[in-house]
Amino acid sequence: MSEITLQIDGREVKAEEGMTILEAAQSAGISIPTLCHHEKLEPYGACRICTVEIEAHGRTNLVAACLYPVEQNLVVRTRSEKVDKTRKVLLELMLAHAPDAAALQDLAQEYGADKARFGKESSFCILCGLCVRYCAEVKKKNAIGFVDRGTRREVIFIPEITSKECWDCKECFPLCPTEALQATFLLTKALMSPSPPSAPESEE
Amino acid sequence: MTTEEISRIDKIIDKYEGEEGILIQLLLDIQQELNWIPKEVAERISQRLNIPQSQIYRVASFYTAMSLTPRGRHLVSVCMGTACHIRGSPRLLDRITDILKIQPGETSPDRSFTLNTVNCLGCCALGPVMVVDGKYHGKIAPTEAEEVLKNYD
Repeated sequence: MSEITLQIDGREVKAEEGMTILEAAQSAGISIPTLCHHEKLEPYGACRICTVEIEAHGRTNLVAACLYPVEQNLVVRTRSEKVDKTRKVLLELMLAHAPDAAALQDLAQEYGADKARFGKESSFCILCGLCVRYCAEVKKKNAIGFVDRGTRREVIFIPEITSKECWDCKECFPLCPTEALQATFLLTKALMSPSPPSAPESEE
Repeated sequence: MTTEEISRIDKIIDKYEGEEGILIQLLLDIQQELNWIPKEVAERISQRLNIPQSQIYRVASFYTAMSLTPRGRHLVSVCMGTACHIRGSPRLLDRITDILKIQPGETSPDRSFTLNTVNCLGCCALGPVMVVDGKYHGKIAPTEAEEVLKNYD
């Protein structure tokens, strides 16, 4: 593996080919905020909170640090006016869904995000996909998944698999940056309980 | 599902066995065959082709061409695009919901009609447009809707 030198926040950082900006930054002790990132899982790039500004070939661009591979002589800024503004708006959009999510509060304070900027749309889920991907990639049970699209997209448990697999696992619960997952699980449980054999599909 | 239905579904699945990246095409075939994708079918595909149910529901709920609830024998789509809108499609839609006694997204209890709205059909000069089973009816006044729907049962 060839070694690559890049600059992050003015510091020379050495990285290996194939690493992402996030990995290179972490190895150098530079912190980039993340929400949908998990070391056991494939990079996903859902939350975009790890957005950084890069400069290459004389241009600047905003990219997701958890996905973007390092390049020789790449200049990365983890904080800049543009980055901070982008993160602020992202947080405000997420706060419209999950205004009281613990994981968002510190970030909101740091970037000056106003949780009341956008009308409340309390799904309590920011669609980071941590639970869905953990269940699929680590546990390989696929008990939970996304349905629908756009503004109606949401996470659901598949009742038949949930009733077999989830009671003793629940490893996805602590991953959730909001409390939406437990609520979804409880709803599924409630729908499953009365008459499991012919319980209707809980699409709604 | 009846055994006859199951064997029909199995035949469709047979066509795709051992191939990758076929889920969308398979689901479209099943949608065509049954007019919807029942839960039992999703489970069957999952078992036979080793595709997680969550993936099947994700795809089936994403595309409007697929339905996880039974669709009627006739599909009525009313265009709500900008051009049709200003040419009076809201009134046309009102009239159609009155005639069929269902709201957009719903299927009549006897499964004769499913009504939905679409955002543009690409023939704005014909607005307001409604499509029944793939046949386009352009410049439809609310009063003419009944005439069109009478031909379907």
